[in-house]
Amino acid sequence: MRHIISILIENESGALSRVAGLFSARGYNIESLTVAATEDPSLSRMTLVTRGSDDIIEQITKQLNKLIDVVKLIDLADSDHIERELMMVKIRTTEQTREEIRSLAAIFRGKIIDVTPTTYVVEMTGPSSKLDAFIAAIDGDTIIEVVRSGPTGISRGEKGLHL
Amino acid sequence: MELNGAQIVIQSLKDEGVEYIFGYPGGAVLHLYDAIFQQDDVKHILVRHEQGATHAADGYARATGKPGVVLVTSGPGATNAVTGIATAYMDSIPMVIISGQVPSPVIGSDAFQEVDMVGITRPCVKHNFLVKDVTKLAETIKKAFYVATTGRPGPVVVDVPKDITDPRIKVPYKYPKKVSMRSYNPAVTGHKGQIKKAVDLLLTAKQPIIYAGGGVILGEASKELTEFAHTLGFPITNTLMGLGAYPATDKQFVGMLGMHGTYEANMAMHDSDVIIAIGARFDDRVTGKLDEFCPNAQIIHIDVDPASISKTVKVAIPIVGEVKPVLEQMMELIRESKKKPSKKALESWWKQIDQWRAVNCMEYDRNSRLIKPQYVIEQLYEVTKGEAYVTSDVGQHQMWAAQYYPFDKPRHWINSGGLGTMGFGLPAAIGVKLAFPDSEVACVTSDGSIQMCIQELSTALQYNAPVKIINLNNSYLGMVRQWQEFTYESRYSHSYMDTIPDFVKLAEAYGHVGMRIDKPEDVRPALEEAFAMKDRTVFLDILTDRTENVYPMIESGKAHNDMTLRVADGTSTDRELA
Repeated sequence: MRHIISILIENESGALSRVAGLFSARGYNIESLTVAATEDPSLSRMTLVTRGSDDIIEQITKQLNKLIDVVKLIDLADSDHIERELMMVKIRTTEQTREEIRSLAAIFRGKIIDVTPTTYVVEMTGPSSKLDAFIAAIDGDTIIEVVRSGPTGISRGEKGLHL
Repeated sequence: MELNGAQIVIQSLKDEGVEYIFGYPGGAVLHLYDAIFQQDDVKHILVRHEQGATHAADGYARATGKPGVVLVTSGPGATNAVTGIATAYMDSIPMVIISGQVPSPVIGSDAFQEVDMVGITRPCVKHNFLVKDVTKLAETIKKAFYVATTGRPGPVVVDVPKDITDPRIKVPYKYPKKVSMRSYNPAVTGHKGQIKKAVDLLLTAKQPIIYAGGGVILGEASKELTEFAHTLGFPITNTLMGLGAYPATDKQFVGMLGMHGTYEANMAMHDSDVIIAIGARFDDRVTGKLDEFCPNAQIIHIDVDPASISKTVKVAIPIVGEVKPVLEQMMELIRESKKKPSKKALESWWKQIDQWRAVNCMEYDRNSRLIKPQYVIEQLYEVTKGEAYVTSDVGQHQMWAAQYYPFDKPRHWINSGGLGTMGFGLPAAIGVKLAFPDSEVACVTSDGSIQMCIQELSTALQYNAPVKIINLNNSYLGMVRQWQEFTYESRYSHSYMDTIPDFVKLAEAYGHVGMRIDKPEDVRPALEEAFAMKDRTVFLDILTDRTENVYPMIESGKAHNDMTLRVADGTSTDRELA
């Protein structure tokens, strides 16, 4: 099953490689990994998407917790949560296709953020599945480039990952 | 007090109570060595290879329970230390390794003797630090000792760039008494509810067994374990790392378990209904085939490291905490409980175990004209009255030492269990001897392993660490040969050495005493003579039966109840399935 693990980690050099190294050393897979500083500059927040049986996910969270730099983590799949991913897609356009891409982007609540005579860049956020659906809806031959941030997530309600 | 970085490192070690540093100088640590030169409190042991430094510090740590300290230079000094760091990591041994690094401004420029030590050691340390600011140096060293010695212990590397130890830059020094880290809070006591459940299960068990590992030794809980086992009257087995945690000569002890464990220990595990695993981690050499591991057992597991619980074997009742307080908590409940273990059930369980014991799985040919390695270990046990510290290398001799030298006390059996590092034994013995100069220290080794760190014979002489080297010389890499015999139709691919050095001359060249023994009747007198030479390192080159195998054995991929036993006629190369 797919799990989104959200980690608060000391903002020290090498912290990212400790996490990445753990996954490669123990043969766990990482689908995506995002890192950024938090409102507390001494902490970074990582969001990691992985897949595995319950036993493997249990080991992953235990091993992550064992890393000295990891302060706290939650598995978002354990509770109700919101997941968002940012995507930018550069699409080759012609006179004939521009209108269709614009309306498709509108349906998916995307924005066109760059325009040249021959291209559009569409910005879109949402759950990863929605972004997948947009990609599937446009003609694959017209896609020049797709950039995705990887998902991040936050739990609903009062519950949260903080110190 | 104002000190420079080099002085801060040495003063911090002194304030930490460090007795010995095992190390080797080089460019990046010259400032540190100059600071060492100007003091006498912390003694430096100059090894002959950085691997020797790590194993010596490791041996010191295993024997004393105090963290071992290593100092190496950058680049090759650091990489040479990696095998020893990984060895300590796999066996959870507290060590602090200070490695020199090229000056901060040139890090990343492929400078002379530069290597990314923090990167290289990341997978084989509990934690590591790169010091970037001399004002944080003392605090970082304190953190290193704190992390290395608490929770599940392990090695911690502190990588120190040369400019940090610059003698011209002085800063105020104060060694912190305590450090706390918001991201690191290892559990101490166990969860009360879980302990209650565990005790309830134990008191209803009919065929229970205690499976105790190295965590009992690391957690200084041998006394508590012994009391626990005696109170319940359960059989107890130790892992290779746990030998000595429970007195091996006690009648409740059924021997070591696992690949070369006793028949009774493995059969009792297999047929048990309740297992309590204490500071043990279900290593593959212990479990054998996982799918058939102890099919009827409910398992309780006490471990300070939550990641060790249910990693390979799912357990019914996990208890996260240090072994000693958890056993104390359990004992309290057991004493209070009105329920007692069923006498009748235990009696019939012991009857069954005694039948397995009667198989006498450790018997070997005692009438051989050749020296049997098992006989040598038995004689070593008698000559040292079972009180020696025994270090070993890795292979057949390691198993024979584990099988035929019953350890009654913790911290006396010192071997590389997890990583299986050949070359460990001699430097480890030196570390032990420095810690306990009045105790006997024997290194059980073999012609293959001993050559991997033999240069440390020179260290033993320089620092007056007289150890006794018991070299079970069979001209083969014995364990490799045994596996090739069993699984590769005796195709002995590169497991034979036909140019073994003259170890007697070699020992003499290093300034020690060398003895060669090639007859069974000479073993005992030679050992007595060797141990009578209190102040000399003696190398006993003992020519043993080349074809001898380690029995019993659970061959790779088999279950506990599927052991290969030695055949009764004593021919060591024949075998059949039990």
